[in-house]
Amino acid sequence: MKTDIQSQIEADRSVGDFRYDIDYAYDAGVGLSEATIDYICDVKKDPQWVRAFRKEAYRKFLAMPMPTHWATKDLENIVFENIRYYLSQGQAPKRTWEEVPEDVKRTFERLGIPEQERKFLAGVEAQFDSEAAYSNIKAAVGEQGVIFVGSAEGLKDHPEIFKKWFGKVIPTGDNKFSALNSAAFSGGSFIYVPPGVKVSHPLQAYFRINAQNFGQFERTLIIADEGAEVTYMEGCTAPKFETATLHSAVVELVALKGAKIQYITVQNWSSNVFNLVTKRGLAHEDAEIKWIDCNIGSRLTMKYPGVIMKGRRARGEVVSIALAGDGQHQDTGAKMVHAADETTSNIISKSISLGSGRSTYRGMVHIPKHLKKCKNNTECDALLINAQSRTDTYPAITVRGQGHSVQHEASVSQINAEQIFYMQQRGLSEAAAMSLAVNGFVNDLVQQFPMEYSVELKRLIDLEMEGSVG
Amino acid sequence: MSTLSICNLHASIGDKPILRGLTLEIPKGQVHAIMGKNGSGKSTLAKVMAGHPDYTVNSGDVLLDGESILGMEPDQRARLGLFLAFQYPMEIPGVTIANFIRAAVQSRLPQGEELEATDYYAEIYSKMDALSIPRSFTSRSVNEGFSGGEKKRCEILQMAMLQPKYAVLDETDSGLDIDALKIVSSGVNSLRGPEVGMLVITHYQRLLDYIVPDKVHVMAEGQIVLSGEKDLALKLESEGYDWVTAS
Ligand SMILES: Nc1ncnc2c1ncn2[C@@H]1O[C@H](COP(=O)(O)OP(=O)(O)OP(=O)(O)O)[C@@H](O)[C@H]1O
Ligand SMILES: [Mg+2]
Repeated sequence: MKTDIQSQIEADRSVGDFRYDIDYAYDAGVGLSEATIDYICDVKKDPQWVRAFRKEAYRKFLAMPMPTHWATKDLENIVFENIRYYLSQGQAPKRTWEEVPEDVKRTFERLGIPEQERKFLAGVEAQFDSEAAYSNIKAAVGEQGVIFVGSAEGLKDHPEIFKKWFGKVIPTGDNKFSALNSAAFSGGSFIYVPPGVKVSHPLQAYFRINAQNFGQFERTLIIADEGAEVTYMEGCTAPKFETATLHSAVVELVALKGAKIQYITVQNWSSNVFNLVTKRGLAHEDAEIKWIDCNIGSRLTMKYPGVIMKGRRARGEVVSIALAGDGQHQDTGAKMVHAADETTSNIISKSISLGSGRSTYRGMVHIPKHLKKCKNNTECDALLINAQSRTDTYPAITVRGQGHSVQHEASVSQINAEQIFYMQQRGLSEAAAMSLAVNGFVNDLVQQFPMEYSVELKRLIDLEMEGSVG
Repeated sequence: MSTLSICNLHASIGDKPILRGLTLEIPKGQVHAIMGKNGSGKSTLAKVMAGHPDYTVNSGDVLLDGESILGMEPDQRARLGLFLAFQYPMEIPGVTIANFIRAAVQSRLPQGEELEATDYYAEIYSKMDALSIPRSFTSRSVNEGFSGGEKKRCEILQMAMLQPKYAVLDETDSGLDIDALKIVSSGVNSLRGPEVGMLVITHYQRLLDYIVPDKVHVMAEGQIVLSGEKDLALKLESEGYDWVTAS
């Protein structure tokens, strides 16, 4: 017999765990080959250069080994031949929710996307499997010259900006999964913010996987021109399937002189999703790129957002929260490449492992010899909830030359039984006490998320804790 | 029935017996004091009553208004009205005083009933003022970086907010300067009343000048070895404990 509370938790935890049957008009079938890529190019009406780009990437993908010499062997459980690489109802996203097909629309309504859009967003793109079903920007923001469209529209309608930066921040062969994405990419956002324009509300993308045995390969490129500012948020969910789902995105950010980009992710994939994502930004002189990254879901996440600080006084920041529950592995971190004088990077990472969950931090900070006055601060704190929880830290900080300032702090702590007893003595149940302590651990980072997301985060943590006790 | 009754309680940690047949009754409306040497088992008694998981109760019982609480989780006992002001309050990083006490108050409300934020803040501020705790403390992490005296004042603040039926104060006076001692004592006194029973653990008779007890008990080796009136504390202060155990 389940108690009321238990069933309520199950219902809540699985906000994203539902699925409506969909008729797909476009289906590339199972497995990846040159023919699959041709199919994708044909339905998307890709220009010739994109077809060549995909084919080249596909060859690299085949040639590259799985990175299991340093990463988890669990990667070997991905069966590329069993995955479906392209599924959609059509290629053109709708500009109003009324036009979105009913079966897809109700999914996003259930996830609260149209409501959030009305409340606090400057624009939304809602991707359903391979393509955006909806993409729209508030008129006032569009009038400022801001472009917010899907990647396919970006490459067709704005080739002069798109081609200049596409694949330049993250080369195709950066890793096996960036190569895979480059071969099969579909969906994702293209954003251009003109010089001096500060977009006051966030732009949001929501990625929804609906199909079984599916691979989602969205591709996002964001360019903030000189002095521009933009905040982009992404959320994601999928129903839980017995078989593995693959999500492998590539996200490139370009902040030109004095620009600021903030990229916020709340990742809540279901626990059968392999989430293998490459994210990197290029910060020019006096520019600032900040990744705020929160990983709660997925079976395995491998993600190390990075910033290449190419111009003087550029700043890069990664703030990350990972919650590894039973059976999950959150392998996250940051890459900071200092490539100019007086550049500053900051990494703050907090992970929570509970049950058999495992969290790994990998940090790479590179300051070459010829530079002057660079700064890095790295803090990574891990919290273990149960005896069988696990955390590993692999910081690689290479600093050459003089006059740099580098700080590194790491800690591993456990929730102390005396703290829980103290809180219980005040009337809190064990689960409530755990949630409070865990929320306390990440509190300073959660405050950096927009209100709507921090409330959601707190709720997700509460649910995980409820489930982990008793 | 309106008593906190400890009946022939035996409790141990590991295989080390600490409470060895302790019996004590605190009726509502009364304040009892326990004194005793270091290591005699005073804090153990407090923690066993509150349900600390490290201790094993071997025999005996603890009844709160006639109901045995030994089978209950610590939080159940707390919600039933048992409060413990800790000798060493724990730090909880990242959890603010305001959120912590609010969660504790909320835990006592019926399901579905939400604490009204403005009422809550009005109440906590007035209680903080009375205990001379700066209002800015609401946004500080629980006990983190607090001075010894601030921690103790904060324990009393929690007690004032939670309105327990029975409160055990474990050395709430230690670490307090004279002014703080007066503030804390008047805070405790203001909570005295016909509906509240208190057990005050202390080493110093001075506290009992401010919080005047109805009874004073002496604890040694896990038992109450002597009970008396308030003047027993004076005698203990001047003569020490040896005459008690020797007699
Ligand atoms: N976790 C533990 N492991 C082993 N021994 C313990 C533990 N907790 C308490 N004890 C022992 O139990 C005995 C009673 O300790 P307790 O803290 O109850 O004493 P107390 O009367 O409160 O002393 P004080 O006046 O110093 O606060 C002591 O000998 C102590 O060392
Ligand atoms: Mg003690």
